[in-house]
Amino acid sequence: MATITTISQSVGANRIVPTVAIPYPVGNPTLSEADEEAMRYEMVERACNALATEVTESTQFE
Amino acid sequence: MAKRVIFYLNQFFGGIGGEDKADFAPEFRAGEAVGPAVGIAGGAGDIEVVGTIICGDNFYGQNEDEAREFIAQTIKEQNPDILVAGPAFNAGRYGFACAGACQVANENGVIPVSGMYVENPGLEHCRAFSWVAATSDAAAKMRKALPLMANLVKKLAAGEEVTPEGDSYHAQGRRECILVEERGSTRAVKMLLARLNDEEFETELPMPTFDEVEPAPAIKDLSKATIALVTTGGVVPNGNPDRLQSASAQQWNKYDISQLDELKGEYYTVHGGFDPVYCNEKADRVVPLDMLRRLEKEGKIGKVHEIFYTTTGTGTAVANSEKFGIEIGKEIADAGVDGVLLTST
Repeated sequence: MATITTISQSVGANRIVPTVAIPYPVGNPTLSEADEEAMRYEMVERACNALATEVTESTQFE
Repeated sequence: MAKRVIFYLNQFFGGIGGEDKADFAPEFRAGEAVGPAVGIAGGAGDIEVVGTIICGDNFYGQNEDEAREFIAQTIKEQNPDILVAGPAFNAGRYGFACAGACQVANENGVIPVSGMYVENPGLEHCRAFSWVAATSDAAAKMRKALPLMANLVKKLAAGEEVTPEGDSYHAQGRRECILVEERGSTRAVKMLLARLNDEEFETELPMPTFDEVEPAPAIKDLSKATIALVTTGGVVPNGNPDRLQSASAQQWNKYDISQLDELKGEYYTVHGGFDPVYCNEKADRVVPLDMLRRLEKEGKIGKVHEIFYTTTGTGTAVANSEKFGIEIGKEIADAGVDGVLLTST
């Protein structure tokens, strides 16, 4: 889970979830607390689902 | 005055024996050039052969401190200007030992020279400060390797300049400032035009090759899976009890998060490469323990792994990053974890 996904690709990551921003990859202080938590929940669930998804090469899960 | 040269060989090239003698304790043959050292010395011009250290590859590998101490002691006694180790070609243990000999030489103000194939694991440990001739991968090509090494010894002894391309050694990764005719903007535009016109051009800076990793098979049943959290965001418990560095990490750390539902209030970041304000308000914005815990409670994942792993990414040497990744990965795999969420900043 990273913001600069080309770096993730360059080190061989195969399941990549693009994140929000460098200082808060799975956060967003511009949102309300409730909205931020919902966003983080969705992203983490997406990441876990990516772990359960077959891939043959480096894949981004957006 | 002729430069003094000392040689380092393993038990095989030193004429002691084969694998059966790999635990040969180091010996110094004063005044003698042994085996390949003869060929190197012969082509190196006006040098003085101080002698040859012979050490078994297994001895070095299993008694590194003792072997290095022997090399250092010999250097102190013999006062060489140059140390020549190998050539090791693609031999891993020998390459590792030659790299060690080069390190000891370098630490004692002696110029290190060696010969290795590009994939020799020892190369990365010494190329930055040594002149390592680019040899083929097999000792069968000894006749081609020796003149390369002899040439390096000869030129370095004479204080002459050498270049990786002209003198066939592995680039040390240093950048030298040179003056050229055309300014950078001109060269860049010319390169771009050549590329657009499908013409030949040569890059001034080769791009690093991307790592490719075999994808791990998908987790079959997420609801039974243990998921671990790892970060390069420098997230640590309040007070940074293990003193994780803010940049150029020299360590990774692990913490028990089994009693926590969120990192907020207990963890913060020491990472010096991004604005820490948001993470310090709630570290779950970098390491999402709160939501992983929620998925665990809902049964969507089996379990959050009790141990959380952390290091600082910014300015951290690639070699350390690889080392940390391998070490953390091994612990996680040994613990039977099924999947990892790695967050970066």
